[in-house]
Amino acid sequence: MKKMLTAAVSRVLSGVTQKLASRVLVASCKYSNNATFEIKKCDLYRLEEGPPVTTVLTREDGLKYYKMMQTIRRMELKADQLYKQKFIRGFCHLCDGQEACCVGLEAGINPTDHVITSYRAHGLSYTRGLTVRSILAELTGRRAGCAKGKGGSMHMYAKNFYGGNGIVGAQGPLGAGVALACKYKGNNEVCLTLYGDGAANQGQISEAYNMAALWNLPCIFICENNRYGMGTSVERAAASTDYYKRGNFIPGLRVDGMDILCVREATKFAADYCRSGKGPILMELLTYRYHGHSMSDPGISYRTREEIQSVRSKSDPIMLLKDKMVNNQLASVEELKEIDVEVRKEIDDAAQFAMTDPEPPLEELGHHIYSSNPPFDIRGANQWIKFQSIS
Amino acid sequence: MAAVAAFAGWLLRLRAAGADGPWRRLCGAGLSRGFLQSASAYGAAAQRRQVAHFTFQPDPEPVEYGKKSHQSSFEILQPVNDTVIFGEDVAFGGVFRCTVGLRDKYGKDRVFNTPLCEQGIVGFGIGIAVTGATAIAEIQFADYIFPAFDQIVNEAAKYRYRSGDLFNCGSLTIRSPWGCVGHGALYHSQSPEAFFAHCPGIKVVVPRSPFQAKGLLLSCIEDKNPCIFFEPKILYRAAVEQVPVEPYNIPLSQAEVIQEGSDVTLVAWGTQVHVIREVAAMAREKLGVSCEVIDLRTILPWDVDTVCKLIQMTKLCNQNMYIGQGRPAVFPHELRPHASLFKPYDINLGFSELFSRYILVCIAGAA
Repeated sequence: MKKMLTAAVSRVLSGVTQKLASRVLVASCKYSNNATFEIKKCDLYRLEEGPPVTTVLTREDGLKYYKMMQTIRRMELKADQLYKQKFIRGFCHLCDGQEACCVGLEAGINPTDHVITSYRAHGLSYTRGLTVRSILAELTGRRAGCAKGKGGSMHMYAKNFYGGNGIVGAQGPLGAGVALACKYKGNNEVCLTLYGDGAANQGQISEAYNMAALWNLPCIFICENNRYGMGTSVERAAASTDYYKRGNFIPGLRVDGMDILCVREATKFAADYCRSGKGPILMELLTYRYHGHSMSDPGISYRTREEIQSVRSKSDPIMLLKDKMVNNQLASVEELKEIDVEVRKEIDDAAQFAMTDPEPPLEELGHHIYSSNPPFDIRGANQWIKFQSIS
Repeated sequence: MAAVAAFAGWLLRLRAAGADGPWRRLCGAGLSRGFLQSASAYGAAAQRRQVAHFTFQPDPEPVEYGKKSHQSSFEILQPVNDTVIFGEDVAFGGVFRCTVGLRDKYGKDRVFNTPLCEQGIVGFGIGIAVTGATAIAEIQFADYIFPAFDQIVNEAAKYRYRSGDLFNCGSLTIRSPWGCVGHGALYHSQSPEAFFAHCPGIKVVVPRSPFQAKGLLLSCIEDKNPCIFFEPKILYRAAVEQVPVEPYNIPLSQAEVIQEGSDVTLVAWGTQVHVIREVAAMAREKLGVSCEVIDLRTILPWDVDTVCKLIQMTKLCNQNMYIGQGRPAVFPHELRPHASLFKPYDINLGFSELFSRYILVCIAGAA
């Protein structure tokens, strides 16, 4: 009996190890190290040649981009959930659907380069180095938030990332200024100045174009064209919807913003262009946002559900990358699923943290108004409530 | 005589208590700091939030007008004659639904959207107005009016003067949602009327209720000077009252005495009027102080006469307690010529030295 049992057990075990062995064997030659992809050619304006039409994606990079995009997607959806549960209040502008833009841009530049953008900034905040915890805690207004809980959704900052700007178009001249500093300091850095299709019609963007071109600043103007400026479609807002040509005397390229490889190559190209001292360049990223303009916008009164669905099923950036990787043996579906699980766990942890972290103390309400003044009093909601302002 | 003595006695007590006097007296009266906060409806997480609380009190129904209907602030806008209305998102009705139905009624060449460019919107409006057509420009939130500041102050305000009355843009009205709502933070809460209050050539108006809004807006539109009409956004939904269906005007530059009183004059505008009304009721109930409440309505040019006449009677006046830019600095120096009316009691509550010549008492610090 015992003999039979041991025999049976050993048979089972060997069977299992055989299976395992075979799986390992299969696994080791399952993935290739890299694969070459053809990417869409960019429309060019005032440029002789554009970014390359083929690119190499390594397995390592692929997994990294996938994880980052999935993290941003999950983080935005979690923010949506937290907003509906009233943990996040005020305004919340989500960028799910635009992950390829954030991650692709980051892939094309160095961490020492500079980025400034509008209020749809959560994705870029993450790619620029903030942790999900600090982003979610900032959204819920807690102490551990990246702006100490005082900035909120639209005001997140990190090293070489200048926010997060609430006023539409205001970041244009700011970005040109950062580019001037880069040129002045001579450190071969560039500044990515992002704005949306709505902001492209602001006067100050034109002013920024002029200054950047006049002084040959290493500024990459990037128009994230998600086809709707709040509720107004681009056809109804702009005389010319070729945003990459709107720089007039600034050369431009139009990029498929749903394909991360396209974005990466275009960004590399643009960064090289600027670094070689040729002056500013304009990039239009054709992308799409699944959510409405903000959490108070259902997003379906100015566009159809079918349109959103069709973009989701045909051009979802995460799906596109996944297909590319799986079809070219860069990763397996299971592996990517594991990454999904990991990401989900990370986001859930971060959300839990963001809900339980304490709010900043009321005494800090008046801090950081001025710099290095002797502490002075700020009036609160009435004359007898005073806050000390220390910085 | 006795009244004067009592009044003097009260003032002396006030003075003795120092700047904290009124507040301390309130505390002494058994009122905790929390009495200004609303019973939170949001649960434990939000209980610590100090939400400005007031209840909108509709005015008593005006009897002299005809048919009335129950309207909230965003149903009163109707273009007159050859008016055009434009701004960001006004065509579908606007983000606060102020212009709902107007495009269908009056056509898309009269009610249209502009791209995202405030400076362009106001400049464009000035141009329309100069030719004689009536332009109603909407700036989506008062916080976004600053790109247009140059156009308003340097172009609109000075057009008549610099052309020697040959041209003017008087048929321009700029409307903008104004004021805090509690969750607007930096860029959906501002009250910038004080920035414009120093600019001769324009008129700045802030209504407190739908009835006032309709009358004042129609007056602004008909007024032959460029006007900025700030609409308190928190009142779009909160304020509902009976409003006459036919057009009517409320004169500009006239303050309204909402409540008569004999001890203190409280001046406010917009949302603050309702807070101040509650403050006045509280003062009467808890301190036995009879407050006069004035709604300034037009910030520029403001009704100096009414306010001074009433201050003269009560001898005590506050300033609007609104946080942010709402406090107009035009106030004290215009009162200076009337300084002889006031005895120089020096209760200085920490404001600029201009105020130290006047008696400033704020009962129960309004939010």
